Amino acid sequence: MARMKFLCDADRCIECNACVTACKNEHEVPWGINRRRVVTLNDGKPGERSVSMACMHCTDAPCAAVCPVNCFYTTADAVVLHSKDICIGCGYCFYACPFGAPQYPKVGNFGSRGKMDKCTYCAGGPEADLSTVEYEKYGSNRLAEGKLPLCAEMCSTKALLAGDGEMIAQIYKERVVKRGYGSGAWGWKTAYRETVAI
Amino acid sequence: MARVSGLVRTGIVALSLWAAGALAPSSAQMTKDGLNPTGANPTANSVNEEFLFKQEPKIGGRVSIPDQKSANLIQPQGREYRAFREDYLPWIGGIAVLGILGLLATFFLLRGRIPLDDPGPDTGKKILRFNSFERFAHWMTATCFIILSLSGLNYIFGKRLLMPLIGPEAFGALAQWAKYAHLYLAWPFMLGIAIMLVVWVRDNIPEKLDWEWIKAGGGLVGRGHPHARRFNAGQKVVFWMVVGFGAAMSVTGLVMMFPFSVTDINGMQVTQVIHSLIGVVFIAGILAHIYIGSIGMEGAYDAMGSGKVDLGWAKSHHDLWVEEQQAKTASGPQVGKRPVSPHQVPAE
Repeated sequence: MARMKFLCDADRCIECNACVTACKNEHEVPWGINRRRVVTLNDGKPGERSVSMACMHCTDAPCAAVCPVNCFYTTADAVVLHSKDICIGCGYCFYACPFGAPQYPKVGNFGSRGKMDKCTYCAGGPEADLSTVEYEKYGSNRLAEGKLPLCAEMCSTKALLAGDGEMIAQIYKERVVKRGYGSGAWGWKTAYRETVAI
Repeated sequence: MARVSGLVRTGIVALSLWAAGALAPSSAQMTKDGLNPTGANPTANSVNEEFLFKQEPKIGGRVSIPDQKSANLIQPQGREYRAFREDYLPWIGGIAVLGILGLLATFFLLRGRIPLDDPGPDTGKKILRFNSFERFAHWMTATCFIILSLSGLNYIFGKRLLMPLIGPEAFGALAQWAKYAHLYLAWPFMLGIAIMLVVWVRDNIPEKLDWEWIKAGGGLVGRGHPHARRFNAGQKVVFWMVVGFGAAMSVTGLVMMFPFSVTDINGMQVTQVIHSLIGVVFIAGILAHIYIGSIGMEGAYDAMGSGKVDLGWAKSHHDLWVEEQQAKTASGPQVGKRPVSPHQVPAE
């Protein structure tokens, strides 16, 4: 089985936000929730870079560790998923997550912060693959159809890479060697305790 | 005259435009093909993770979506929060709660139930210690506290102790209700704390008498009954613990109930650390309070149960308060005769 990862090549990202839009559309993500977003660093200054960020599907995921109801599980492809039936919407996973991935509907209304929602790596949830229930709760399950996450698949500059960690790291390494520069695999050290050595 | 100066100005502008045009091609000739015409290397000063982490412990930028929390790109502080919640808190909570239960059990085995000693002539008569409003405030707060502490402990120990027993689905449903209980019962709890503060604060101001009470080993430790007014030093400690911890729990709880309204993510993490640490100590303190108010001491429960305590008990535990009450309502039916010490001859 593959070890699925995301890698955003910040030297290619043009902050078009198409990944954000595609994700919202593909999964019918509720209003106010962004499973993926593009953060621009050093905005308007020399050296500005944009990074598309979502759940990184960490090794030894902090969200899963702090969850008081153990609603998280890791699939055979190392994708971190959760059960909205067990989630109580306490918000702890957001405090523990280094990437701000968990989101909650109706934030701020005491006691009614809804079930957590986050990037599923287009892999659905614990329900039967490609079922209606799964789609309504977690969005589409492209992995079950043999496809990769839509955000990376439709990235216009191929800045966002999704797939087996070793394969996307290899693609990124080749790019860096060819063009002579690269601002690194953002978040990899935090998520996977390793980085892409060039 | 105005026409001449206008012509001069036009001439200056034209001259500078020509100069600029003449100089520009020469700088363009200096750049090589494919390079940035400004001469700057687009990658030399690009931001990178290592550099940004050296400047600040987290990396943030700008987002074009309304949720400004999402402008945080990487915040590794989640690791410290996780280490506290998963590695330290279960131990701190377990030691605090089980430790105090162990201490109280040991104490009970050694000392036993403190009896109504020296049954004097007044034993059997009753004196009103807490009126119905005071008891209502106490029990409202107490009921809320028990549910709040159980649902609070569930956040730490539920998945470790309860989940393996009843399964993830049942536990998820239970934890959901526990969360609702925790959030909604916080309001009557806060109201109760506020009422108790207003009603009892004047009887809980520390005074010199309290120090003598402590030195004489009042309450659980000593065997005698040092002088005390309505509340002895031990009860004052409980009062101020409840008010102080209650206020701290209320403030931190409200911050968490309205997430990100007053603080950022690191503030939310710290708030939760404070809330949980005070919470487990608060539970331990209240367990001791429950012990001495119930099985620990004969006659003590009546004060909050029926509101009326045995006059003999009141005289030995709160002698000065009984005197004050009797001075106030000398003819009152619930108050017995004036206290008479065995060696003191009545005035008449």
